[in-house]
Amino acid sequence: MKLDFARNETLVALVIAGFCVLAAFSDPGFLSLATLTDLLRGGIVLGIFAVAAFVVLVSGGIDVSFTAVAAFTMYVSAMVLNAVAPWMPWGAALAIGMAIGAGLGAINGILIAGFGLPTLIVTLGTLSIFRGFMLTFVGQKQITTLPPGMREFGRMMLLRGENADGSFYSLHAAFAVTVLVIVVTWFILHRTMLGRSIFAIGGSVESARRIGINVRGVQFFVYVYVGALAGLAGIIHASMARVANPFDLVGLELSVIAAVVLGGARLAGGYGTLTGTVLGVALIVLVRNSLIVLGIPSTWQSVAIGILILIGTGLPAWQAKRAAARAA
Amino acid sequence: MKNPSLMSRVFASPEGRLAVITLVVFVGMALLSPDRFLSVQNLTSMAFQFPEFAILALAMTITMLTGGIDLSVVGIANLTAVVAAMIMIRLTGSDAGTGVLILALGVSVIVGMLAGVFNGILVAWLGLPPILATLGSGLIFTGIAIALTGGSALMGFPPAAAWVGNSTTFGIPTPLILFVVLAVGISLLLTRTAFGVRLRMYGANPLAARFAALNIDAMLIKVYVLSGALAAIAGMVVMSRANSAKADYGSSYLLLAVLIAVLGGVNPYGGYGRVIGVVLAVLSMQFLSSGLNMIGVSNFARELIWGVLLIFVMILNTWRARPR
Amino acid sequence: MAEPLVTLDGVTKTYAGITALDGVSLTIRAGEAVCLAGENGSGKSTLIKILVGVERPNDGRIAFDGKLQSAITPRSAAEAGIKVIFQDFSLFPNLTVAENIAFSAELGANARLVNRARMRTLARAALDRIGVDIPLDVAVETLSVAHKQLVAICRALATEARLIIMDEPTTALTEREVRGLLTIIRRLKADGVAVLFVSHKLAEVLEVCEHVVVLRNGAVVADGPATGFDAASLTRHMTGRDVAATPPAPLSPAAPALMQVQGLGKAGAFEDVSFTLHAGEVLGVSGLLGSGRTALAKALFGLVVPEAGKIVLDGRAVRLGDPVAAAVAGIGYVPEDRLTEGLFLTQSIAQNVSIGRLSAYSGGAGVLDLGGMMAEARDWLARLSVKAPNPDAPVRSLSGGNQQRVVLARWMARAPRVLILNGPSVGVDVGSKSEIHGIIADLAAQGLGVIVISDDLPELLSTCHRLLVMRAGRMVDDIQGSQITEADLAHRLAS
Repeated sequence: MKLDFARNETLVALVIAGFCVLAAFSDPGFLSLATLTDLLRGGIVLGIFAVAAFVVLVSGGIDVSFTAVAAFTMYVSAMVLNAVAPWMPWGAALAIGMAIGAGLGAINGILIAGFGLPTLIVTLGTLSIFRGFMLTFVGQKQITTLPPGMREFGRMMLLRGENADGSFYSLHAAFAVTVLVIVVTWFILHRTMLGRSIFAIGGSVESARRIGINVRGVQFFVYVYVGALAGLAGIIHASMARVANPFDLVGLELSVIAAVVLGGARLAGGYGTLTGTVLGVALIVLVRNSLIVLGIPSTWQSVAIGILILIGTGLPAWQAKRAAARAA
Repeated sequence: MKNPSLMSRVFASPEGRLAVITLVVFVGMALLSPDRFLSVQNLTSMAFQFPEFAILALAMTITMLTGGIDLSVVGIANLTAVVAAMIMIRLTGSDAGTGVLILALGVSVIVGMLAGVFNGILVAWLGLPPILATLGSGLIFTGIAIALTGGSALMGFPPAAAWVGNSTTFGIPTPLILFVVLAVGISLLLTRTAFGVRLRMYGANPLAARFAALNIDAMLIKVYVLSGALAAIAGMVVMSRANSAKADYGSSYLLLAVLIAVLGGVNPYGGYGRVIGVVLAVLSMQFLSSGLNMIGVSNFARELIWGVLLIFVMILNTWRARPR
Repeated sequence: MAEPLVTLDGVTKTYAGITALDGVSLTIRAGEAVCLAGENGSGKSTLIKILVGVERPNDGRIAFDGKLQSAITPRSAAEAGIKVIFQDFSLFPNLTVAENIAFSAELGANARLVNRARMRTLARAALDRIGVDIPLDVAVETLSVAHKQLVAICRALATEARLIIMDEPTTALTEREVRGLLTIIRRLKADGVAVLFVSHKLAEVLEVCEHVVVLRNGAVVADGPATGFDAASLTRHMTGRDVAATPPAPLSPAAPALMQVQGLGKAGAFEDVSFTLHAGEVLGVSGLLGSGRTALAKALFGLVVPEAGKIVLDGRAVRLGDPVAAAVAGIGYVPEDRLTEGLFLTQSIAQNVSIGRLSAYSGGAGVLDLGGMMAEARDWLARLSVKAPNPDAPVRSLSGGNQQRVVLARWMARAPRVLILNGPSVGVDVGSKSEIHGIIADLAAQGLGVIVISDDLPELLSTCHRLLVMRAGRMVDDIQGSQITEADLAHRLAS
């Protein structure tokens, strides 16, 4: 296989590889199953968020409200399930989370596809609305006793074991959900006409209209889908944290979008791959969890991520500018 | 109605509609809770509250006029606050510390401008989309602030530090005076100087600006420097009001500043926006949240109402803009 | 003769009292190519919109296959096999060739899942039909303009097109690419597909057309077999006047040299271009699309960075590749595409004029003298007789001719030494056109050097003292305007 250095995916993969090599040199313990499961665990919720943000970016929009959708969903689900249906199994809890998230996403969808409002502004508004509504009318206190279904899900592991030094490692079952989300999203984007229409709209809305793509319908689907994924991520986050804290998650949105852009998706829409998205998330999680291994204090992680974003987006932008100057 | 044309003229511009909304909110709140909403105490407390994010909204406005955005304003505000705090803590003596304060203010504005130069270079020379450039640089500025402080709050300022955010001058809250001066200044800059006209024209059509031989790179750098300086001033107000500096203060202010600018009628794609609209947007939001606070609605209802207001105004604007 | 595929009879369309189409009749038969010529605003786009069901005519009859259509919808037009290839091709740059070709066919078949094999077969079949080979799996953005056009044609074929309407098909093509297109059109015709060319510039496609229809102000002004038309007669019908190619007043032989261009070159665009422009001289630059004439014009104004050569104005070298430096040195540029490159459409007429002169009105503290600026803008608008009731109105409210004068006023206000005009009268009405030519003559009389880039041959002959002809990036001819005829010039351009 040929390495294409103009692609963000290649660059990000190389940075990840370089990071791992350096980390392995400075701490031989870095290359262990424990590190890997830690990183994978860190990527579960972030990964689902990133897939959601990726789908919106491909369609040529942007969504900053998904963290609020997730927080709203996990808090309301936990509260409602505790109150009326504590017997619900974990699968049903995840399904309810997706349904609530999809409902909130539909509000974005109506405002964007129906009223034709700019996506950034709408989702900025609904971010405030969802969060404000939850904190005002639902509650502000943490729910420390989750419904049994979510508690059960929180304890499920794909694998667990003991390291040579006696410490434990484990991989949460939710990781399988993230993998499933990636596979399903890949199928939608690449194997259905709906998915190709999302790419087509991101490439050129006007052309899409002219060849008869139902642009509004596709846009509506995108925001509902993103809402459903965000809802799912919210339930998983609460289950894994074993607490539903309404102040969690909101504030992550720009970092998630940054991870997706780092992986090669373009803000203008139509471009990017799920591979890139996963790599972008991997790099961000790596920097968050393991910067210290390189001897860089963790207080510098924000700087490191910022520099990565500037390099990851600046290099292609600068190349494009050079190419434009060279063309007549 | 005797003069329908006056009404339709008022409703024809986004600022006119916003003025009506602001007035309705003010009168509504005054009616709901007349003795408390109109009390001197409440009016004063409002005047202390809004200037810090209103100044950030001014910074957002000038970058949006060029079709850009500055997501690093809160990062710059906190970084400059941290720098100013370190200077004051290091140099403070037994006196009131006025001299130290002035030094700290000056240095922090310079730091804000340097941050702006960095943003401007990314946008103008390297051609990064402003949203990504300032997203990345914002993380860097915040990160430097975290690295400088280790993530904890800096305290122990000389008494003079309270002047910026917590004092009154001639009986008027100092932050309000600061905001009024800056708003008038930016308004004049945008409407009465060549720089202001150029940046609006560039926002309206960047390609035509290039063909009209405008010096675009220099202009963009100046825009982000100005935005950085305004963010630094907002940072000073926050620091003074909180009597401390921390790397992650006011994180909700970023989206709030974008929201206010858009609510104020600034076109996020560039080319249109007036300071008066932004002022009205700030006032309507402040009246609404203070008034609701008074009648016992929780603090978080603010966010909800801001969001509803933003979307309501956007629907109104698009609906008005539809061709007849 | 084949049966008529599409028949229009007395089609009329009015918008708010303005007649866009006035009793237009037209017949297109299977396997026939028809040329619909007309200037901007002659009603061509309205006609396309009516044919594809986006607009309804107020009066007249339209029949597909001899069947009268009471109300055409985009759907019924598509089902009848009427497909439009827009000037921008409406492709998806991020998708592959196969997907672009097969997308609408698959949508039409209500496919839900992606069937890559079927898409590729469909795309391959369409490409085979026009006998070209474009890799199916590359992204369309990597293709040349000509290949993009072919992909658009294939997309129409994949949905069983019977009439392909091509909007301004040759605008972005080089001469060789136009020849390639003509070959493909011949194949399509042999295949029974009809083609309607719609353009303001159709001389290049005349040879494959059976029939020519010329529109002016919404009405058919000429209609007949293609053999009865040539470039000059098309222009005459479109503009409605005999463009008397009266050359401008002769240039004084003593006119001093103003600007020297020496060995200017840029790989892939133009090379080794040298010429001298004299004070008071109007210099025409012509050449087919792709000859490098626009790249050269942009390079003179710093919008394109040349790799070699130099530009000397008044004995001083001009910094290359920097529009600001070019403007300061006294070079002005009126762009080809007024709407995207020339004007700030949402901004006021006055500011569109003043934008180049802001520093002249900045006082000591940087405060603008708004009154003085407005007065000067008004003065320029009056001098160029721009019909603008209110200089504060947005510039987009003006007509094409008045908009062009606003851009001219902006540069004239800066008192340039050299003014480059790219397509000065594209899309302006006939009256404005001759006034703009008058302005060019005035500018030259004041001692400016003027460079006119145009493919409107009568325009070049009636405004320029001297003509430079470009071909494949090289300057191949340097002719005195008075010594050449239109036919001769057309021949030199194409040979």
